[in-house]
Amino acid sequence: MLHTVNKSPFQNSSLESCMRFTQPGDVILLMEDGVYGAVSGTAKAPLVEAALARKVRVCVLGADLKARALNDTIKGTEITDYAGFVDLVAENKIHSWL
Amino acid sequence: MSEENKKKIMFTVRKPPHGTIYVYEGLEVKLIMAAYDADISVVFIDDGVYALKAGQDTRELGIKGFEATYGVLVDYEIQKVFVDRKSMEERGLTEDDLLVIGEDEDTEEPIRPKMVDSSEIAAMMAQQHNILSF
Repeated sequence: MLHTVNKSPFQNSSLESCMRFTQPGDVILLMEDGVYGAVSGTAKAPLVEAALARKVRVCVLGADLKARALNDTIKGTEITDYAGFVDLVAENKIHSWL
Repeated sequence: MSEENKKKIMFTVRKPPHGTIYVYEGLEVKLIMAAYDADISVVFIDDGVYALKAGQDTRELGIKGFEATYGVLVDYEIQKVFVDRKSMEERGLTEDDLLVIGEDEDTEEPIRPKMVDSSEIAAMMAQQHNILSF
């Protein structure tokens, strides 16, 4: 399963809810304002850290990080580009946490 | 079409009703998809559980409302309707607060959405061909 999250975890509960519905082996892709969830040291960072600990892959769209001047992502998250995004979509069933 | 060959389509609803048109539009799509003989399930998560609260009166808003339509989902062969237990508990809701989605053909007992844990929903998600979010 691929779960996409495009809202900041400081704005609504999408990322938090998404976490409850992921299983080991699933992939979470943080994109648009969702990338704020991948920044290390924030009050919401433990969400992504806990997912990584449960063997859930967490990918982050690099273009959205760059656009927001975000460099310091949580260790273990994978930065991907649009081609990687397409691969994830082709390989998985998807649920968008809008 | 045999049960195994049917396309499995899940709808997730995570928005509250009436503030936006998401819940209403989602219901329309469910009814359309039901006409295509798909294996449909619907899951209400987060504020989406409020869409199933019984007793919604939208007359003063000047909109039609959809409680009556949700009340006949079973007639459209949509029986797999679930609510997330944690979302319900966080909002102080129990199964008794929920609207009826139809009645049992034989016993005429009312059918209500089924409350399940997030792990069960996650397992169901993994079995779908498509998942549409509203």
